[in-house]
Amino acid sequence: MTVKSVTKDPEALTMTISVELDATAERAWQLWADPRQLERWWGPPTYPATVVDHDLVAGGGGTYFMTSPEGEKFHGWWEVISADPPKRLELRDGFADDSGKRNDEMPVTVMTMTLDEIDSARTLMTIESRFPSKEDMERLIEMGMEEGIKEALGQIDAILAGDATSG
Amino acid sequence: MVVDRLIDETVDGLFRSLADPTRRDILRRCGRGQLSVSQLAVCYPMSFAAVQKHVAVLEKAELVTKERKGREQLVRGKVETIRTAGRLLEELEVVWRGRIDRIEQILGDEKRGSRK
Repeated sequence: MTVKSVTKDPEALTMTISVELDATAERAWQLWADPRQLERWWGPPTYPATVVDHDLVAGGGGTYFMTSPEGEKFHGWWEVISADPPKRLELRDGFADDSGKRNDEMPVTVMTMTLDEIDSARTLMTIESRFPSKEDMERLIEMGMEEGIKEALGQIDAILAGDATSG
Repeated sequence: MVVDRLIDETVDGLFRSLADPTRRDILRRCGRGQLSVSQLAVCYPMSFAAVQKHVAVLEKAELVTKERKGREQLVRGKVETIRTAGRLLEELEVVWRGRIDRIEQILGDEKRGSRK
């Protein structure tokens, strides 16, 4: 495990996580820029993500959906605020309705991702997620909690399944 | 793995307690005020004892409080617990740790593939 640090600031409504990756910044950038690669890690195995549109340039963005084990689809969108490959990406991540149309009633999270090369083979990736306001955060919990919990549960299931096969 | 265990311990109680649809429903109902265990028991096709067990799980995860009043046990949702910013950030951390695990898997597979 190479998660370097996790900082949660309930006052500033931010969560920052950094990880040291065995990759160059160029390679790490592709994890975000290539939709097929993004699909492999954005959603948990039980809630795989499908990227519909994807364009990582300022003003661009994309749409995606995550599919539940029951086949229910949860749609989301990205809006790129700034993109400086392969160093920094800033975007808004929000919810969409079943047709993929942006749902502006739902809170939007601002995400900033930075890549810093440590040496020729390692890169520090830092992701900061910021919630717009305490009120929005509360609404996100009320409305989106279940989805988030399902996501987390999927991961816990995977952990338990892993334990069972290795033990 | 150590980190997996850590994640498990941090959020285990919360997520496990909310994994069950009855418990999520109990939480929703009690979030709007307090209800007695017997009032809750009427809502579900299960025994009073079974509902009481569900309440106990929620209580352990600090999502509800239980208070005895005469012959009744009153259940109240601890909305402030759920609503704290810290709790959501914790949830977000779990999501991101999962994503990072998968990213490392992708990069690791690649390395192994190129070494062959």
